[in-house]
Amino acid sequence: MNIFIQLTYLVATILFIVGIKKLNRTQEARQGNMLSAFAMLLAVVATLVKSGLVTPIEIFVCMLIGGAIGLIWAKKVEMTQMPEMVAIFNGFGGIASLFVAFSDYWTRAVEQPSLSTDAITIVSILLSVLIGGITFSGSMTAYGKLSGKISGNAIVFKGQHLLNLVLFVVAIVCGMLVAIETGSVMAMVVMGVVSLVLGILVVIPIGGADMPVVISLLNSYSGMAACTTGFVLNNSVLIVTGALVGASGIILTQIMCKAMNRSLVSVLLGGFGAKSGSGEGGPSGSEMVIKEVGVEEAAMIFDSSSSVIIVPGYGMAVAQAQHVVREMMDLLQAKGVNVRFAIHPVAGRMPGHMNVLLAESNVPYDKLIEMDQINDDFANTDVVLVVGANDVVNPAARTNPASPIYEMPILNVDKARTVIVSKRSMAAGYAGIENELFGYPNCLMLFGDAKSTLTKMVGELKEL
Amino acid sequence: MSIENFIFLLYILVLASYCGFELISKVPPTLHTPLMSGSNAISGITIVGAILCIQEGEYSKYMGMVALVFATINVVGGYAVTDRMLQMFKKKK
Repeated sequence: MNIFIQLTYLVATILFIVGIKKLNRTQEARQGNMLSAFAMLLAVVATLVKSGLVTPIEIFVCMLIGGAIGLIWAKKVEMTQMPEMVAIFNGFGGIASLFVAFSDYWTRAVEQPSLSTDAITIVSILLSVLIGGITFSGSMTAYGKLSGKISGNAIVFKGQHLLNLVLFVVAIVCGMLVAIETGSVMAMVVMGVVSLVLGILVVIPIGGADMPVVISLLNSYSGMAACTTGFVLNNSVLIVTGALVGASGIILTQIMCKAMNRSLVSVLLGGFGAKSGSGEGGPSGSEMVIKEVGVEEAAMIFDSSSSVIIVPGYGMAVAQAQHVVREMMDLLQAKGVNVRFAIHPVAGRMPGHMNVLLAESNVPYDKLIEMDQINDDFANTDVVLVVGANDVVNPAARTNPASPIYEMPILNVDKARTVIVSKRSMAAGYAGIENELFGYPNCLMLFGDAKSTLTKMVGELKEL
Repeated sequence: MSIENFIFLLYILVLASYCGFELISKVPPTLHTPLMSGSNAISGITIVGAILCIQEGEYSKYMGMVALVFATINVVGGYAVTDRMLQMFKKKK
């Protein structure tokens, strides 16, 4: 019987790997996801069989409750809320690891103290609790920031890093106490609480536009938590899948950091853009001469163009403007205009955020072009429409060594013949710096809520 | 856990991590969000650990039950939402 279960785990592991591999290709991705879901089912069934045929009824009740909640959330969530959803699910994975480890610990420390507990197991338990706790509260804090329940800006205070360090030392000391004497329940509880506090403290100093890095990193943590739980339970399927997730999170984290030209350490230390503030305009705001454009005029410019590139940013998600953007694309294409989208790797609040939104509004994915592939094309483009993006199109990243975003890879929209920027106001972007693009002679500002101004412009385009 | 067993599990960890890096480094940016939510669902594999915790005991069993509810939300919700997203990615008709 045991052999059968082990072999089923092996099959599940292979399916997980094949499933992830298939996620590499857009055509096969859905199939890959199904495969990995099937692998999960196999692993669960094998575990139920392993636990004997007299499965406690509680297991089914819990799975029914969890499954129903998960399914309802997954069906109801808006595509614009995807980053929040991923943060929540991620946090739940973390807390599950924490509870599994704690449960195993409780058995050893209180309920069956006669069980021998070796050093490897206890260290694995401690790590599971620590990583699981940080993943949970960190993800929940990220959720709060993304959904606007707590300030999305960087929250920094004096002595923040020192406090984190002290808490980390407390966690380690408690961990050592538990490692020396398994029965030190109090130390274990303190460590669990400290890990939860640490998760919050680590995420609050990180501001909105750095969220893609944080989400990727937390994703990686949830994998690592599953992995350490695998060591606790001596279960290789947990270790393999946890390692796969851990690796994927780390890769995404690296990609995001590179796209912002910042090191992971500087993102984690946080506080970026907090000092310069993100209020209306900047000190040099009044010196810049900007040109405004009306809806009718903008429609005419688009109508007479032959190539258009649309640059979406987080503002498009906030304004829910993806559908009207797609309508505009259809209209322009019907007029024979070549329309494409330029996607900056960190546009939005999570990796690939813009791609999902535009896919939702039925933009074919071969219209979405990566930064490196499209950057040379801006010079031959008639009109660029920037919808709710700011720092990722700021030419200061190329020209101004004093700028905090200097040398960050940007989309070279300023090279196009005309740039139209749809923006609510002159407020600075996340980095809290003036965007010199807005003062360029070829740049026109289309002020107002992206959704309503673009809807009006689509109306105008229809009449032209 | 014997030290031999531990070393064996370490081998698994190292190879699986390497495998993960190789597999994922080629994912196109279009699929970054589905990759993230899909891998997130996979990390709900802790569900297996939760089931194993509910076998006996009293408080340890309750903790296992809490873990199981959270892990199931993670797994079911994660896969369902990833599928919903991937369904939307279409090529030009």
